[in-house]
Amino acid sequence: MRQGYVTGPVLGALWMIVLSVTVAVAMSFATGEAFRPSILLSLGWGAIAGVAMVALGRTRIVQVAVLIAIAAVVMLGIGPMLTGENTSAFARLFGAVALGAGFAISQAVILNEVVPGKLTRHEFEGAVIRFLTGFGYIFFTAIVLIPFYVMVMTSLKNQSELIQNPLDFSIDLSKGAALFRSYDELFTQFNFGTYLFNSFFISVLTVFITLAFAIPGAYAVARLRFRGQAAFSRSILLIYMVPMIVLALPIYIAFSMTGLRNSFWGIVMIYPVTTIPVALYMLQGYFRGLPAEIEEAGLMDGLSRLAVIWKITLPLSLPALASVSLYVFMIAWNEFLLAFMLLDDPSKFTLTRGIASLNSSEIPRQHLMAGSVIATVPIMALFLGLEKFMTKGLTAGSVKG
Amino acid sequence: MADAHPPSGTGPLAKREARLAWGLLTPTITAVALVVVLPLLAIFWISIKPINLADLRAPEVVLREDLRGNPEAAGDAATIRYRLRNSSQEQPIGAVSFTDVIPDGLTVETLDDRCSLDGRNLSCALGDWAPGTRDTLTIPVTIGQAYFDNGLRPQDSPAVTDGASSNALTNSTFTLDNFARVFSGDEFFEVLWVTLFYTVFGTIGALLVGLFAALLLNKSFRGQGILRGLYLFPYVAPVIAVAFAWLILFDPFSGSANALILQMGVSQEAINFFGERPLALIMVTIFEIWRYFPLSFLFILARMQSIDTDMYESADMDGASPFQQFWYLSVPQLLGILSVLFLLRFIWTFNKFDDIFLLTGGNAGTRTLTVNVYEQAFAVSNIGAGAAVAVVIFGCLLTFSIFFLKYISQEEGL
Repeated sequence: MRQGYVTGPVLGALWMIVLSVTVAVAMSFATGEAFRPSILLSLGWGAIAGVAMVALGRTRIVQVAVLIAIAAVVMLGIGPMLTGENTSAFARLFGAVALGAGFAISQAVILNEVVPGKLTRHEFEGAVIRFLTGFGYIFFTAIVLIPFYVMVMTSLKNQSELIQNPLDFSIDLSKGAALFRSYDELFTQFNFGTYLFNSFFISVLTVFITLAFAIPGAYAVARLRFRGQAAFSRSILLIYMVPMIVLALPIYIAFSMTGLRNSFWGIVMIYPVTTIPVALYMLQGYFRGLPAEIEEAGLMDGLSRLAVIWKITLPLSLPALASVSLYVFMIAWNEFLLAFMLLDDPSKFTLTRGIASLNSSEIPRQHLMAGSVIATVPIMALFLGLEKFMTKGLTAGSVKG
Repeated sequence: MADAHPPSGTGPLAKREARLAWGLLTPTITAVALVVVLPLLAIFWISIKPINLADLRAPEVVLREDLRGNPEAAGDAATIRYRLRNSSQEQPIGAVSFTDVIPDGLTVETLDDRCSLDGRNLSCALGDWAPGTRDTLTIPVTIGQAYFDNGLRPQDSPAVTDGASSNALTNSTFTLDNFARVFSGDEFFEVLWVTLFYTVFGTIGALLVGLFAALLLNKSFRGQGILRGLYLFPYVAPVIAVAFAWLILFDPFSGSANALILQMGVSQEAINFFGERPLALIMVTIFEIWRYFPLSFLFILARMQSIDTDMYESADMDGASPFQQFWYLSVPQLLGILSVLFLLRFIWTFNKFDDIFLLTGGNAGTRTLTVNVYEQAFAVSNIGAGAAVAVVIFGCLLTFSIFFLKYISQEEGL
């Protein structure tokens, strides 16, 4: 295996498969036209190109030659990627050049240290790792983006377009504002404005109530000495482990009997309790990390404990509070099970419950996807804007699904 | 000189601190007790009761009253009519009675022998009622002028009914049928097997994929932050949104995935990804991996970035190859966080409900224990059986947790 003339073609062949599948899927999704990778031809051409790049080196000239060769065989219809008969010439050329260029550039990087003859272990493994890295980037980006891409694009199309060619995600920009018809209908006919407001209001209330309960609790667990402290901090984690569906059943019964089902306040009462253990767990970890000396100085100077929490601990833990708030907001915003079980009245739906109500055969599915986009965009925007807090918050305490 | 020794016992300061601690914790403890501990106890209670969704509404006496006879002037005769029925067709109500106030201006002529009149207050005792009983009571009255003057009609003062109905939740009938039902037949073992498959492969898969992603991003380059944010998307997006996106992507008739597969010639006919055994189970497991790899990725990455780079430099000097460095240096360092993640994720995947519920609704061989709770309680309307499944889940979790606490206390971090 550790021979330049073996490593080169094997990695070349495999890399060609990865790239031709990628380009074919990308072109299909972008144009809706028929592109498909050919595994056998990919193996063959990839191996040949790999050998060439090992034997001739990876100079600019070789790269350009490989690019042109691959693009040419694709255009001739015997390349690693095949196209249907009706594919437009421009799309074919674009795909061919993209595949050729992608391969020529990235394969040169992968085979960087691979020379004809015997390879050292470092050189060989380096090449394999670069291959895997490239594969990983493509793989992860694809699996993450494709569902979201499908979500957004579906929401912009109409039923007949979707059924005609499910692969065609190209958008007719000339339609202008009519593209957003599903969104318009959701807001005007399906009350999504109210749902959006409900979700937002409930999530914000949940954050405040959670913090009001969790801050004192976390402080007590982290700082104060009392009997049962260890047992308590451990049982937080245990409560965290009780599945919601087990609790949802009695909660449903209790809410049905007390008339809290179908009410805004019922939801506002129940959401914080599901988030308090998480928040408490995250915050106590942070409080423990704060230097106790500052607080002790405050105590010496005559502040009461509560004043110490308010004037010293809280200002110091603002970043943690931001993380926790974001995380709690995310949980409340995304919560589905309780909203689904406890809310039946369309005027009180949260966004997730509203989307669930769109899942019927009578409502076109671009509405369903538009609803999903409406629910996803705010949380994504918040997340990307405050990514640092979010990642910190997630690592600090979120083991919860 | 007396022996000097440190003070023992709890001093006043320590006591005050403990009091404050409990004071700060009380709200949380109360809330958690109300919403976690109480429902848990309720689940055990319900699991040994024969109770259906319909039984949640206790039977009650429904009463309507009106004045018959269309009186026009003082001295006319009329009757007050009470129509009563038992709202339940299945359960009896004992000692049914009602009280009402007869408006001014109406003079009662004859009184039904089940009723008694005290001033204007009428009270009637109707005895025990079988399920579905209906009864009508009429009281002839003479109209006085006052009736027209004050305009108060009999139905303006609502009658108060009373009856002893046994609430299905609180009565003392117990049964083990729920558990017998849950454990009987092959169904239970299928559910158990599906749960295990989903949990084990979902957890391990998410860990491995997360490890791979963390290895990719464990170096600094331009765009690393963006990619890291991007790879967290599946976890951050609302589950309902991504689940429906998957359903539409893999739709057997008009899904893009199927169109792609047909076009590439992988398969000759469309594949029903979420509707066939055993493919549906594999798909929901893949969805689970897809949705939760970001979490393991984040934790593993955080741990990786805290590993000392000196170690890798010296290994490099000694001639260790990249794979050897990974296997002999990184893996042992990551073992702690990997096992913690495995345990936690295992429990959480075991608890997962929304994902499968949204993707397949538990059909096509994807019914896990948690989905079974919903299925029994709401689809079959047998709340008792649902609770019994919940008890089984809780038992499993308790076992995991004991193991987990024993193990985790020696582990780092969490």
